[in-house]
Amino acid sequence: MSLIRLLAVARKEIIHIRRDVRSLFIVVIMPVTLMLLFGYGVSLDLKHLPICVYDQDGSQQSQDMLKRFQASEYFHIERAVNSYSAVSRALDDGSAKMALVIPWDFSRRLRDGAPVSVQALVDATDDNTANILIGYTQAVLQSYSARLQTDWLQQRGQLLQPATVSVETRTWYNEDLESSDFIVPGVLALVMSVIGTFLTSLTIAREWERGSMEQLISTPVTAMEIMLGKLIPYFVLGMFDVAVCAVIAIVWFQVPFRGSFLTLAVSSALFLTVVLALGFFISVAAKNQFAASQIALLVTFLPAFLLSGFLFSIEQMPVFLQWFTYIIPARYFVSVLKDVFLKDTPMAMLSAQLIPLAAFACVLALVAARTFHKRLE
Amino acid sequence: MTEKLQSAIVVDGLTRSFPGVRAVEALSFEVGPGEIFGLVGPDGAGKTTTLRMLAGVLSPDEGSVLVAGVDVVRDPEAAKHALSYMPQRFGLYEDLTVDENIRFYADLFGVRGAERNTRSAQLLQAAGMSEFRRRLAGKLSGGMKQKLGLVCALIHRPRVILLDEPTTGVDPVSRRDFWRILYELVAEGVAILTSTAYLDEAERCHRVALLHQGKLLFCDTPANLKSRLGKDVLSVTSSDPRRVRGVLEQAAGISSLVLTGDRVHAVVDRAMRRIPEFQALLAAAGVSFDAMQQVAPTIEDLFVDAVSGGAPHA
Repeated sequence: MSLIRLLAVARKEIIHIRRDVRSLFIVVIMPVTLMLLFGYGVSLDLKHLPICVYDQDGSQQSQDMLKRFQASEYFHIERAVNSYSAVSRALDDGSAKMALVIPWDFSRRLRDGAPVSVQALVDATDDNTANILIGYTQAVLQSYSARLQTDWLQQRGQLLQPATVSVETRTWYNEDLESSDFIVPGVLALVMSVIGTFLTSLTIAREWERGSMEQLISTPVTAMEIMLGKLIPYFVLGMFDVAVCAVIAIVWFQVPFRGSFLTLAVSSALFLTVVLALGFFISVAAKNQFAASQIALLVTFLPAFLLSGFLFSIEQMPVFLQWFTYIIPARYFVSVLKDVFLKDTPMAMLSAQLIPLAAFACVLALVAARTFHKRLE
Repeated sequence: MTEKLQSAIVVDGLTRSFPGVRAVEALSFEVGPGEIFGLVGPDGAGKTTTLRMLAGVLSPDEGSVLVAGVDVVRDPEAAKHALSYMPQRFGLYEDLTVDENIRFYADLFGVRGAERNTRSAQLLQAAGMSEFRRRLAGKLSGGMKQKLGLVCALIHRPRVILLDEPTTGVDPVSRRDFWRILYELVAEGVAILTSTAYLDEAERCHRVALLHQGKLLFCDTPANLKSRLGKDVLSVTSSDPRRVRGVLEQAAGISSLVLTGDRVHAVVDRAMRRIPEFQALLAAAGVSFDAMQQVAPTIEDLFVDAVSGGAPHA
């Protein structure tokens, strides 16, 4: 191994990157764009969901109950209608996600102490939203009936209240349940998959395509020097982008950073090694830039997006998919990222994630190095 | 050659097949230091495959190659310090400048500092490219690109140079520069193996090997090769050489016909005797011509004659 030759390859690669507008764009603009896109665009928080009400009763009591919906930040009473056809129109055109129908005998039955039902019609095209709406509605109505019960008992001079059990929730790590807090750290994994695999998948393929590989392999440079020389610039750029993304997350999106920067650096370096080696391997195997870039997107970007736990919780996936996520390196990295930002888990406790990452890094680097030969055909 | 014992290149029984093709078959030859050796043959004759095996970038199926005393088949990396290979396709980086390309190859071969600066200045001077050092390689003309390739290939003073059709598509001025540099190297004792599709360029080589379908037909000096033909060559100059060839194809006793430019070469047994007959044939066909005379055989005449089965193989 000659350091001079290794640096020569690295220097040449840096010139390629510097003079190619597209790669500069991917290195500089893309991380910022992805951070902003996911930070703002993907919000899993459901607030101010539009609902419509059909109050057949129109009494003091029914209005009293609706006020509780209005007061909640989860609902926004978009309009009040007075026919079922108007209800179904509102659900059809999507102006309301849910309709509440209060029966004409609502206040009378309450007065008589008879049970009463309120109808909730929910647009379940998005099942997630529908479930959340049902949950919120039940919560509002439960607190309303609890209130009614207390009032009823008080009216009868019963000052003692029946014992009740209630849940007092306190969310840890993401106190405000801000979805950007757990999405934004995950974007790092996405950005690095692109930098690492997409960009490096082009480097070897480009040499084959342009015909420079034949002359390159006729020189004393070794396969290892070519590989390391080509990957080191991307490693440095990748680490730079980690820093940029972390700063955007912390400063711009106000995501808490409770872990250590060392943990972030170590896990990022391991994940970068994984994606760089993978990109190099793809580039060697594909020998053509277009095919290589498509394969790279397929094997890194998509899994990092869908199966890493970045957006979609792994626990909620079908069991076979959950097993499948164990071979997705991004899964481990996303998990470390969430811990490093939101918790202060000591590095030793992250070994369940860091060890598999390190193993992936070693195996893939070895495979990449073994696949690349200084030979034609 | 008198220096056979210290041959720069020794090729013995070199064979390589690709699916469905025997690209190179049992090829053997030697090249001495200070010799320019030409590999000549049409496309698909096996020139590129041969050069790739000599450069250590393609493994042969059988046979051995020694370059500067190193067994290329067994230890290709060791041989790469002593040799230099210029593939047919431009192998440099178009988004790097002339200087950056040279620097890259100098680093790969461990040529550094003052040595690199003097050497590259001297080579660029010889190539007539001193003023283009900061130009991107992609913005150079075809001839300049080839010369830059040569400069990069020579930066480490290789003892053996392998060139694959280096002057294809190169303008005459650059071509002259190119050959001048090659002759200077030869004077320093460097061995040069070059392939070419231009048979006139083959005459600039000290020795020439004619390849056909992966096999060696002849290997000798250009002068000896021409005398090997053992037949005469009649040259007919005409403004319509295709029609001349069409008419002569009907004549008996012609072992081969070659069309080059405005001339048709006919390989025959006794040239002077056939002139009246050919003149009559052309006149009868109403095809005019400017001159008909006996000429010295060219390598191309020999090659075409051998391939069409006229001359005995070497």
